[in-house]
Amino acid sequence: MSEAYFPVGPGLGLEENFLSLDDILMSQEKLPGRAENTLPRLAFALGQGAGTGDSIPEGTKLEIPLWLAKGLHDSKRRIISVELPKIYKEAWRTVFSADATVVDLHKMGPYYYGFGSQLLNFDNPENPEIAQTLLQTFINRFRHIMDSSQNAYNEDTSALVARLDELERALFQAGQKGLNDFQCWEKGQASQITASSLVQNYGKRKFTEVDG
Amino acid sequence: RQTLEEMRELYEQNQADVSEAKAGRTDLIFLIRFRHCCLLRNQRCILAYLYDRLLRIRALRWEYGSVLPNTIQFHMSAEEVEWFSRYKKSLATYMRSVGGEEGLDLTQDIKPPKSLYIEVRCLRDYGEFEIDDGTTVLLKKNSQHFLPRWKCEQLIRQGILEHILS
Repeated sequence: MSEAYFPVGPGLGLEENFLSLDDILMSQEKLPGRAENTLPRLAFALGQGAGTGDSIPEGTKLEIPLWLAKGLHDSKRRIISVELPKIYKEAWRTVFSADATVVDLHKMGPYYYGFGSQLLNFDNPENPEIAQTLLQTFINRFRHIMDSSQNAYNEDTSALVARLDELERALFQAGQKGLNDFQCWEKGQASQITASSLVQNYGKRKFTEVDG
Repeated sequence: RQTLEEMRELYEQNQADVSEAKAGRTDLIFLIRFRHCCLLRNQRCILAYLYDRLLRIRALRWEYGSVLPNTIQFHMSAEEVEWFSRYKKSLATYMRSVGGEEGLDLTQDIKPPKSLYIEVRCLRDYGEFEIDDGTTVLLKKNSQHFLPRWKCEQLIRQGILEHILS
């Protein structure tokens, strides 16, 4: 039950954690954007041209991953301008303020909170509203998550977890773990030495020969 | 290794473009910047992967004890094996310096003990096992024994014995 493996967690707020695998996956999500200038020879890389010599004309709409957007975004905005994905726009924001608990956040992009925090990095006149919406949604959904994680013992939780995004899922698992540990202690299993989960996993996996 | 090749290629292409840009064509700056972003991204992914492997190896030391099974060692690179032995050494020096003359084995007693001797059942064939006062115990599948705690703890965590509560 005591774990020895502590992976690097995702970053909080505007900065990502460099070594966190969760952050790397999150920054892979795509953003809509627009090219501000003609971009020579980039067409093949972004999937839009025929040969390697093509350039992207000014104003074309592009879908770029977050890490690329952060790198190419400049305060003088000569290269790329980013737009908000639709889930962070006005329409969805009113949905969230109406009732946040019914939205399926996993379907909308499983990194709603993390991605939203990163979006605040780009200059955008709607930033304070986005920040406010993120916070409010989280507050509204939190009570629900806490209740369900603390009361579902030994049950199939996939129906509950399906609509949560990654941050909420981590919270849910922390709650479940606390609950399990407490039940173990109540049953008197706290002093029982168990085989660690790493060992059990290694036993089950078959090691195959690696080529090359 | 493949990613290193890719990175090298991209870097070389980038170099060619940098020299071109210096020659006066300023509109190529975007391209250079783009490639730089890709390089940074690749570097970040590689570093995170290697760091994660190290964290798992460190966890292995705490779970498995000082000797790793061969199947796992086969999958680690030479540098990782060296890192593991160095980590083992630092951990041993630290344990020796803490708590008294002989030191304190931090890998024992991860859960607070209730008694000195515990009842265990053997899950797999292990062979002979010697206790401090000289008696040997033959560990065959499903045999039950009453053994001192500190000897069994390692074997229980590896899954060979099973702790039974009365």
